[in-house]
Amino acid sequence: MAEMEEMLTVAEIQEVADRLRRRTLDMVWRAQAGHPGGSFSLAEILACLYFRVLRIDPSRPDWPDRDRFVLSKGHAAPIYYATLAERGYFPPEALDTYDELNSILQGHPDMHTPGVDMSSGSLGQGLSPGIGMALGARLRGKEFRVYVVLGDGEIQEGQVWEAAMAASAYRLDNLVAIVDWNKIQLSDFIEKAMPVDPLPDKWRAFGWHVRECDGHDVAAILHALEELRQVRGRPTVLLAHTVKGKGVSFMENNPAWHAKAPNEQEYLQARTELAVRR
Amino acid sequence: MPEQIAMREAFGQTLVALGKRVPDLVVLDADVAPSTRAVLFAQAFPERFFQVGIAEQNMIGMAAGLSTLGFIPFTSTFACFAKRDLDQIRITVAQPKNNVKVTGHYSGLLAGKTGKTHLSIQDLAIMRTMPNMTVIAPADGVEVEKAMEAMVAVHGPAYLRLARDPSPVIFDASYRFEIGRAVTLRDGSDVALISTGIQTPRAVEAAGLLQAEGINALVLHVPTLKPLDVDAIVAAAERTGLVVTAEEHSILGGLGGAVAEVLSEHRPTPMARVGVRDVYAESAPNDALLEKYGVTARHVAQAARSHLAKWRR
Ligand SMILES: Cc1ncc(C[n+]2csc(CCOP(=O)(O)OP(=O)(O)O)c2C)c(N)n1
Repeated sequence: MAEMEEMLTVAEIQEVADRLRRRTLDMVWRAQAGHPGGSFSLAEILACLYFRVLRIDPSRPDWPDRDRFVLSKGHAAPIYYATLAERGYFPPEALDTYDELNSILQGHPDMHTPGVDMSSGSLGQGLSPGIGMALGARLRGKEFRVYVVLGDGEIQEGQVWEAAMAASAYRLDNLVAIVDWNKIQLSDFIEKAMPVDPLPDKWRAFGWHVRECDGHDVAAILHALEELRQVRGRPTVLLAHTVKGKGVSFMENNPAWHAKAPNEQEYLQARTELAVRR
Repeated sequence: MPEQIAMREAFGQTLVALGKRVPDLVVLDADVAPSTRAVLFAQAFPERFFQVGIAEQNMIGMAAGLSTLGFIPFTSTFACFAKRDLDQIRITVAQPKNNVKVTGHYSGLLAGKTGKTHLSIQDLAIMRTMPNMTVIAPADGVEVEKAMEAMVAVHGPAYLRLARDPSPVIFDASYRFEIGRAVTLRDGSDVALISTGIQTPRAVEAAGLLQAEGINALVLHVPTLKPLDVDAIVAAAERTGLVVTAEEHSILGGLGGAVAEVLSEHRPTPMARVGVRDVYAESAPNDALLEKYGVTARHVAQAARSHLAKWRR
């Protein structure tokens, strides 16, 4: 079984995204560790990928023909794990062990976890293995596609641009990069720390087909990724405009919530806010 | 004068030979294939050769990605630059135990006339501290071939240390290489010369020099720095009671460091280390470098003599 039994509607995918945020909040609260801001900005993107776009089979994480996914911004592990659990790679109870001794869920993604196609956590590295996988698909004559999610701060790493150059040199149209363009990195707003603009022009200059979209609009993400599927002869990148901390008023657009665990009062308030989608 | 082969030639030829037998073998190169001789593979199997440009970090990541599909990637760059992508090796190769074979060419001092930027005297020490990594430093062209066959046969991350210029051949085709096994090349009871990589032919030569003076040196060649053949090292120390390590590498953290770690835990034995003494080298012809930085056969023999004088006489 590759496709999901029945396709989720846009509204249902949004419900998944909402649930992913709630699960992520619980994980970060329980562990008193993790990265809520850059997890919340990814909720819709991951929900779209795992509940519509990716051809995967959670009962066979090693299925050779599966689409590949690399979370290059590995610190968004909490929402990644919530997504994998939601999709059935492991029971949701495992989420309670996140960051605990002997857990299958490490602080940053590890290939020993079911469903994780590449280890990450040191920023800037994920696009390169994505290229290896996309080249491998070509060598093996396989149809699968490779999706790599990058942070907008992460792309300050030089390796990303080594990889960007190589992906277009090898004309990897089975490779899709998605940039979580939330305009914030660890220490500050990107504009203040180290500007990466003009982002679309940079990727275009490296030979990529560029598409922008609202990274919190499920229909827009699905539409954009479908469109990118049609591009031939070049790698494609989706620059997804997002809000760091999306869904929790006091976390939204606030660099302080990059890697902060909430206290009890903050947790309760966040839970209330995430219970009703705004 | 014994037959001489450059390890890089053996590397290129073995890649081609393996490429015929192993359809999953692929090679990635960061713009040094003519130098590392990976170019031979590129000519034989262009569809399995990937030129990545001068981008070592991306090369390692690409290799890691290819390995997840069952390919066996060899990466080709100089040993000095194989340290530029250490974090990539750590995250995407060693930690997930991906089947990537990293090769470090032009290692040690035998890349004369390139200067300290290109002389790699720390690679063994650094690679050895990576969990899950197999680390191999062959003694000659024959062992390069055997080691590459063994690396391909075993799944997992590995680092292979190679030298640029022709060096003496000490093994013949019947030699059996095994990952993790050291080989006694010469028995002796007065002192054990424990060596690795391209230094081993010099250790053998040193044993000959010592023999002429009535000193019986055992020579133990340790091609695999990791996993280390602890039993063989302890046995050599037991047999002789005195150990001299020799390597074309820093005396810190490489073979000398590894042997000291083993002996201090299992059989404390007086040791002397021959190697580059915690300095960066410089531009010069090979022979001048070996001489100045103290790693010729004569230096090994002299270290053994002084060691004996200090502890025995
Ligand atoms: C190589 C490396 N340097 C530094 C860090 C520490 N770090 C973790 S997340 C982060 C900021 C990432 O910013 P961005 O890519 O924009 O992610 P987001 O804001 O979406 O969380 C930093 C610097 C790291 N993980 N890896």
